[in-house]
Parts: sequence; structure tokens; C-alpha cells
Amino acid sequence: MSVTASEVETPLPPARARKAYGARKTLSVGNWIIIALGAVFFITPLVMTGIFSLWEGGSKYGWSAYGMMLTAPGFWSSLFLSLRLGVETMILTAVLLVPAMIFVHLKAPKLKPLFEFISNLPFVIPAVALIAGLTTVYTGPAWLISTPNYLVIPYFFLCLPYTFRSLEVGLGTLDVRTLTEAGQSLGGGWGQIIFLVILPNLRTALVGAVLLIMTTVIGEFTFASVLLFHNFAVFINDTGQNAITEAAALSLFAFLLTWVFMLGVLITSRRGAATVGGAH
Amino acid sequence: MDSTAHIAMSGVSLTGIRKTYGVRTVLKQIDMELSQGELVCLLGPSGCGKTTLLRILAGFETPDHGQVMLNGQDVTHLPPNKRRMGMVFQAYSLFPNMTALQNVRFGPRVRGLGDTKAQLADAERLLGMVGLAAHIHKFPHQMSGGQQQRVALARALAVKPDILLLDEPLSALDAKVRAQLRSEIRRIQQETGITTVFVTHDQEEALSISDRVAVMSEGHVLQMAPPAEIYRTPADGFVARFIGAGGVLAGIADGAGVRVGNTYVTAYAASQHVTGSAVELFLRPEHVLLTARNLPAPAGAVTATVHEVTFFGSLTRIKLGLDDGDAGEIWADLPSDNAGHFAIGMPVWASWAPESPRVLARQ
Repeated sequence: MSVTASEVETPLPPARARKAYGARKTLSVGNWIIIALGAVFFITPLVMTGIFSLWEGGSKYGWSAYGMMLTAPGFWSSLFLSLRLGVETMILTAVLLVPAMIFVHLKAPKLKPLFEFISNLPFVIPAVALIAGLTTVYTGPAWLISTPNYLVIPYFFLCLPYTFRSLEVGLGTLDVRTLTEAGQSLGGGWGQIIFLVILPNLRTALVGAVLLIMTTVIGEFTFASVLLFHNFAVFINDTGQNAITEAAALSLFAFLLTWVFMLGVLITSRRGAATVGGAH
Repeated sequence: MDSTAHIAMSGVSLTGIRKTYGVRTVLKQIDMELSQGELVCLLGPSGCGKTTLLRILAGFETPDHGQVMLNGQDVTHLPPNKRRMGMVFQAYSLFPNMTALQNVRFGPRVRGLGDTKAQLADAERLLGMVGLAAHIHKFPHQMSGGQQQRVALARALAVKPDILLLDEPLSALDAKVRAQLRSEIRRIQQETGITTVFVTHDQEEALSISDRVAVMSEGHVLQMAPPAEIYRTPADGFVARFIGAGGVLAGIADGAGVRVGNTYVTAYAASQHVTGSAVELFLRPEHVLLTARNLPAPAGAVTATVHEVTFFGSLTRIKLGLDDGDAGEIWADLPSDNAGHFAIGMPVWASWAPESPRVLARQ
């Protein structure tokens, strides 16, 4: 019997010891001042909006705006519509973008710059122009074009810069070609390789993309407003026309929702970084 | 049944393989046969086509022309996952989301080989065989490069392949681990009896591990033979230069010797060439003997001067310039304990047994 590998090779230091190599630097007073100024800049409007949302006229403060918000007609339906559209956009992204990007990485790496250029177009094309263009191109059955489901198409494009970047970073940390060939040499078919090897290693990128989609879709106003659909952002805007403190409460609620998703991105990306990064 | 038919039935046969990328032909008419259980190294410089040939064997590339036979079956157009081949890659190719054990179980799982219990037992056995019994639950990022390649080897063996393909599996490892893993690969290959193709550009690796070595250059297999034969009787100048160290002297065949400039060098092999034809004389450093010039000249000795002395531990390599300015340079390997007398600039007699030099037609 052979000697064991550990007898002849120096094992890697334990994770705890490795972490110690990157010990955190102590922040200077100047750094703390900049952080404090930034925090004030970001937090003050939120605090003011929060205080304003509690204002009930005169010197009276209470939770009535929040009570009205939760019972207002259209609140739950618009919120669920936005969440549903977010899920549908995720599915469309998973079905179209993920396989396309894996294909480009494996079979057509020369197309990457073109793909990247296309994915950035939503940044440079104004939302109104984009929706005007899309409505002339994308036509179809009534269940699609006459319902809010239609918004999934512009939302897919709207999210493309974020989803592309997130997946591109994920794929960049993997040697997709070698992993695919290793899977094939072991007898795996395309489906098995994608679902058992590639996607699990893209978990961080996928979760990041999913959460960015949800964040973007929940806050999207222009497309829905132009196409006369009542999503959550349109509901907030409409409410603001009549009940200003309720609109402030809604804005804070939407902000909180977005923060929950962003927190999800941060936590997931931290977890994933250790797994994927260590493979190389 | 003749021997060729036997090889075709139980091993691997490549016939007339050609492969072109754009205007560049990387493989030009490769014919090769591997017997069951032998380990063949594809050896050559970067860009010679060895990895392309391995990828054709694996099914990742399809030849433009030619046929790949495995166990008597034409697999030329069979996709990689339908071939019974295991492959170890140069890059660490373990699946990062799986432990060592899960990596090894992946192949049997997707191929449906045995039940879960049998797969588990087999994976544990293979990880034990590569010396990783204590590391089966580690993820790739928790293992060193050498450990990862051991897992990759166990994973490739887990699918019970007819042929094992190794694509420079040791090149990313440091020298000590490389040497150790190399001998383990050979031991495991001999224990399992799996026909193996090993791609490398490291001649020491190829000579030490193979049953046969195929030396490749510019899309051709120049010579395919056992390591000792490749070393002792290289088929042409490229093989002689590429394998091992040695001096090359260009000259004109003249009976049982070669006229190198104004120096006549005795070499029996020269008699196989027409007198007056252009030849090259190859001298391995271990065949060259050195004698101080103040001692009597040995038979057939030529005068030379020490140009360089390089210490390699147990032996010392001495570079010599023949005193006939046009003749060229040769090397002599001496046990380091005996090499202390020779210093740079020292005049010496260089001699060798007349049957030692290899004489090849100049290309």
C-alpha cells in the first residue's frame, strides 16, 4: 500500500489560520469621519421620511399611514404583481440567459464582447425609448400582450446588465470548459453536467442575479406606467397623488423590501466566495 | 489471429488520423496501436499535436480523417460520455461543490454503475489506493494540488475505463510531489492493468513511466518505441536532440568513422552510411571518457578543452570544445567524486567506445 498523501505533502493551513493572513486594517479617524458623513447623508432622508410617514397632522404622530397602507385597495395586489413579475423574470433569465452564457463560455468565447455590449444597452437606451421599441417588436397572444405578463420582456432586458455581470463573474471564477470535459469524460450528459456541476458552482452568481432582478422589478415604474399596468411602483406613485404620508410609508416599505433582498445578496456572495474561490 | 488484429480487439488503434484547425494542420497521418495494459507516453514540444491526439482519443475533438478503434469498436464519432475512458486533466478539474468522495462517485452515479452502497465502497477503496483515505470528506479547496490530482486519478478510475488518458497531470505540481505521484501512477496503472496514454513534454517523466514512448513533432509521430530504445537508438536527429542530453557533431561519413572538420572521429555506425554523405554524430555524455592531456592518449581520442563544469549532485556535467574549431561541442558526465580534477580551460583527451556514437543522416 502506498504512503498517504498527507505524509509527503504539506497540508494547507486550516481556514482559521488562513483568514488571519488577511487581518483587518484599523480605520483612521479620517476614515471614520468620512463614513459618518456618508451615513448621515444616506440615513437622514430615511429618518425624515420615516418621521413624516408617522405625521398625522398638527403635532400628532402615529401609525395610521401604515394602517391605511396595508388596507388600501390595490396594495397587496400590486405588491404581489411585482413579486410575481420578478419571479417570472427570474425564470425567463434562467431559461434564456444562463444556457446562453454557458454556451458562449464553452463554444463561442469570441462572442463574449458582443454579448457584453448587448447586455449593457439598457443602460444607454432611455426606458421610454426601450419600451416604445419593444412594443413594436414583441407582439403575441392576448395572454401575453394584454396582461402584465408582457412586462417580463422589458424587465428581462432592464435586468440584463446586472444579471449578465453577476453570471459573468460567476462563470469567470470557474474553469467551465475543463469541468464540462471532466464531466463528459466520466459519462455525464449535458443536463447532468449543467445541473450537477455547473449550476451548483454558480450558486452565488445565480442568487445574486435573482436578488438583483427582484430588487429592480419591485422598484420599476416607467415600463409599467407607460403600458398602464399597476405594479407596486405605480401604486406608490398613485397613492402619493392623494395621501402624501401614506406614500412616504410605502416608500419606506419598498426600501425595506429592497434592503432585505440586498442583504440576501451580501450574505450569499460571502458564503459562496469561500467555496468557489478555494477551488483554484 | 495475427498480432494486429489482437491489438485492435483488446487495445486502441489509431489509423490515418489527420486534424486541421483553419490553415494549420496539427496532426498529419497518425497511425498508432496500443496493446491492452500498456502505458504509452506522447512526448513532444509544445504545439506538436500530442494534446490534440489525446483529445481525439477522448472524443473532445473529431479527426478530419482517420479512425479511432477501441476494443475492436469504431469510436471515431462517439461522444466522450459514451466512451469508456477516464481522463485526468492538467488543470485541477475536481468539481468544487463536491467532496473528494462525491467527486469519485460522480462517474459511477451518472453512468449508473452498481448500487449506492457499491459505489460508496468502490470510491472509498480508490481513494485509499491513492493515499487519501483520511481526506475523503474534504472539498477541493481544502486539498493541495497533489491531493487534488490524486482524487482526479481515483475519479477517472472509478468509471472502470477501458483506457485512461492523462493530459500532463503532473505539470502543475512541484518537483518532489511530481516525482512521487509519477511513480504512484505507474504502480496503480500496473496494478489495474488499464491501457493508459500519458501526455507530457517532460522527457524524464516519459522515459521513467512508459512501456513505450511516442515522440511527436509537428503533427507526426517520429518514433514509437520502449524508452531505452528511444534513448539508445533515436530514429532521427530530432529524437536524438529531444531525448536526453548529448553532443551533436556534423560531419562526413568516412568508413567506420566521421570526419568532423579536420578531426576524424571513430564511430562504427558510420559504416552504415555511404562514404562522403553528410551525417550527424550523436554522443551521449555518459559515453564520453576524459583523460588529462598530460597522460597518454587513449585509442581514438580527440583533443578538447573544458568549457563548462556543472555540478548536479551525484554527477558533474562537463562541456567540451573540440580543439578543431569547426568540430563542435560535446558533453561528458562524470561521477562528481572524480570530476574535481577538471577545471575550465583544461586541455583533455576525449574518447569513447567506437560502438557508442549514433550516426544519422543529416537532414
